[in-house]
Formats: sequence, structure tokens, C-alpha cells
Amino acid sequence: MPLPALPKRFHAASIWALYGLGLLPAVWTFYLGATGQLIGNPVKIFEHLLGEWALRFLILTLAISPLRDLAGINWLRYRRALGLLAFYYVAMHFLAYMVLDKRLALGVIVEDIYKRWFITIGMAAFVALVPLALTSNRWSIHRLGTGWGKLHRLIYPIAAAGALHFCLAVKVIGPEQLIYAGLVTLLLGWRLVRPRYMAWRRSRREIKTGFARTQAQAE
Amino acid sequence: MRVYRPTAIAGSEITPEASYFNRREMLRMAAAGGLTLAAPSLASGATQADLQFSPGGYDPEEEITPEADATSYNNFYEFGTGKADPAAKSADFNPRPWSIMVDGLVNKPAEFDLDALMALGLEERIYRMRCVEAWSMVIPWIGVSLAGLLDRVEPLGSAKYVAFETIVRPDEMPGQRGLFQPLNWPYVEGLRLDEARHPLTILSMGMYGKTLPNQNGAPVRLVTPWKYGFKGIKSIVRITLTEDQPASTWNRLAPGEYGFYANVNPAVDHPRWSQATENRIGGGGFFGSNDRPTLPFNGYGDEVAGLYAGMDLKANF
Repeated sequence: MPLPALPKRFHAASIWALYGLGLLPAVWTFYLGATGQLIGNPVKIFEHLLGEWALRFLILTLAISPLRDLAGINWLRYRRALGLLAFYYVAMHFLAYMVLDKRLALGVIVEDIYKRWFITIGMAAFVALVPLALTSNRWSIHRLGTGWGKLHRLIYPIAAAGALHFCLAVKVIGPEQLIYAGLVTLLLGWRLVRPRYMAWRRSRREIKTGFARTQAQAE
Repeated sequence: MRVYRPTAIAGSEITPEASYFNRREMLRMAAAGGLTLAAPSLASGATQADLQFSPGGYDPEEEITPEADATSYNNFYEFGTGKADPAAKSADFNPRPWSIMVDGLVNKPAEFDLDALMALGLEERIYRMRCVEAWSMVIPWIGVSLAGLLDRVEPLGSAKYVAFETIVRPDEMPGQRGLFQPLNWPYVEGLRLDEARHPLTILSMGMYGKTLPNQNGAPVRLVTPWKYGFKGIKSIVRITLTEDQPASTWNRLAPGEYGFYANVNPAVDHPRWSQATENRIGGGGFFGSNDRPTLPFNGYGDEVAGLYAGMDLKANF
């Protein structure tokens, strides 16, 4: 049962709408925090919100191709925006940590990255995301050719690192961490079984068409 | 001549005026169809009553944390692992009537209800509170000296430690329900007997002039201001004097991260964050947030450092 398709002339607009909607949680929470409306620990609340949305967008980015494989829904046109939103949120998460939380105390930040495992892992994921964000344009895709696809497979370890970073950052791994880690595992696991699944599907199609051909010949 | 006779109703059973009016307000709103929206905030407000107390002589003369922050930014895993969970999910918890069993190595084990506890002499003490997560508050607690309670049960000479236990009520505490349990229940904590008898150690039954809200550990919690907040066990049902060092929940979960002593110490980092500085809650947004250096023993060193003479506090953290 195919979904009603969006008319082609709305494609570009829908992508811009996704950017707008996607950035809304950050903008709104920043406004609340800057105007003193976040009760408790505003800096941490903002920092955690940015990190959580980064993970959500990473997961959505990874969900695009299984959605097409398994449900036949082609949302490939949204993948770049989702990936870039993930990058923007990771960058804002890091900025909030550096500027609002640590007040640019570089010594403390370097010590954190060096000494604290979950920060090392998070930092590595952020650094790895930078080349992906920089090459997420048509020109780079043409320029890099098959190398582009290979480079962008970095998203797999990055997503795993993001989920691990979240699990290691909390005092106790709770249901929330388990849900994110579980989704990332599932989506990465799909990449492992995908070649076999696609081969099986191809062979089934061939059997069907082959059967149809023999039928046609018999008649 | 008629003699005034005190009422037979215990003070803790009297519905305070505020909750009486809250109840009317709630009924009125229910009639108007707004019950689902109004119920949580009114329900938690309805459990709080004003308290009578005398000044306890402790005041760090620092800005008191706004009540809204102290009552909405909490760790109380029995109601969930998020900071906002305790305030949002504790409305079903019923802290009255209540009693604490005090037993173990004592001459006179006894059960104390809230009135008996309050009769030990409620005092207001403004203490700094430092969480192991590197945030801090200044809270006007109302409570009684734990030493006063221990005197009543007459500890035996063999008693060396005091063990505490939190209530287990999965029906009223959503964090204790469901497949995934972050901690082992009941939550347990412990002090050395001399720490428990220290004048700074109180059993708190109120804050900001009123009884404790559910999310802050109603109706009775421990407050040891020179230790990290997780030592301040909430909703206590049992206090047992023991000869051996009792288990403590966080120490059992991750001994390398949460020591039994849990004294506030800027020189001993948590593995995942520095303890050198702390963030004072309630600064009013990103730019008013208030970082300050952490004080050894949270600034109570003059009073408590003697308890640890000769101990290596990097090993016994």
C-alpha cells in the first residue's frame, strides 16, 4: 500500500520546512534558557537537549534506507537535511558544553577530553562528523565519486559512538539510554543483513519472472 | 471553672488551611472540567503544611536557592531517573501517616511517628547542599537532631554504624515499577555512629517553612551537609544500629564512583567530572549561572574535619 506521494513541486519546500522544524527545539530552549525560564540547571538542561536531538537526527538519518528497503518508502531526499541537522545539534551540544558549561576554560576542556572516556568518545564523533558535513553538497558528491559513499559510511561508527557517549555520561543506564542504544544497534544491524536480504529478494523476483516466462512459453 | 483540654487530634493529622482551600479549588475546577490539568500541582501542594520551628543557628549567609528550583530539580530515583521526574511523578505518594522503626544494637528499640519525631524539637537550619553531580543549592531545612533520636533508643556500646532504609511502594513510586529498575530497592544508606551523632546531622521534615514535598523526601529525610547529596536518604522507614559498616546503594552500584563516606572534596574527582568547582542552582538562566570553587567538607570543615583525623580521604572518599 503506497503512501500518497508529495507532488514534486513541494519537495524543495518540504526540505526547508524540515530544517526549520528541526532547529525549533534548539531555538526555543535557547530562548527559555537565555531569559531565565528553565528551572533548575538551565545549562545542563540545554546541553542535554541538544545532545538528545543530535542522537534523534542521527537515528532518523540511518532510518532512511531501511525504510526504503523494507517499506518501499523513499525519503532519500530528506537524508542530507537530517544528517546536517544531526551535525548542527552535535556542534551546538559541543558549543554549549564549551561556552555555557565550561566557560571556555580550555584547560578544563582539554583535561575532560583526555581524562573522561565518554567525553573522548563524544569528541571523536564530533570530529568525524565534520568531513561528512563539509562534503554534503552536490559538488563534493561528483568530485569524490565512489569515495563519497565510502567516506559517508563513517556515519555508522559515529552513531554508535553517540549512543555509547549517552550511556556512559549518565550515572545509571536508564530506559531512555536503552531505547537509543537499541535503535542504533537495530539500524546498524540492518546494514549487516541487508546484502543477504536484498539478494534473497532479487532471487525471489527472478523465480517469479522466470515462472511467468515459462508459463508464457507454454501457452 | 472550665479547663482547656488539648484536642485529641494529632497535629500532623490536621488538614492545613492551604490544602483545605486547595481541595475546594480542585473540586471547583473538577466541576469546570479542568481536573486532569489541575490535579498534579494541587495534589502535591495539598500534602504540604506549615510547620512550627525555632531557629537552629546555622546560616551560611549565602543567597537561598529559590524554592521552585529546590522542589523541581531533584534526584529521587524511586520516582524516575530524570531531574524533573520526582516533581512530576510523586503526586500519588502518600507520606501520612508515617513511622520510623529504630532498632538494632539499642537498649530500647522503638517506632516513632511523625509527631514523636517533631516533638524532639524542630529547628530551621540553612545549609549548603552539594550534589555529587557538581551542582549545589542553599536550603532552609527544618528538622530535628539525629543524635536526639538516637539518645531515645540508647545505643549499645557495640553499635558503630547507623543504617537507613527508604520505603518500597511500587504502587505509589513509578520508578520502582516496570521492567527496568535502575537501582536495587530499598535504597539504603549509612553513617558511622559519630557522624550520625554529629550536631550538624539532622532528620529533616520540612523546608522553606513547610513540610517536605514528596519529591524532596517526604515526610522524613537525612541531611548531612558536609557530604554529597546522595547520602541524604529520603522517605526513611527504618534506622538500624549495627556493628559492621552497612551497605549504601550508590556505593554498591559503583564503588569507584560513590564512596561510603561521600565527603565533599574538591581534590577527589568523580571519574566522569571534576569536583573542583560547582554550579549553584537558581542563577536565573544561562548567563546568571553561578560557578564557584568547591569547599572541602562543603565548607563545614571546622566542625567535621576532626571526625576523619588520621584517615586518607582519597582512599576513603
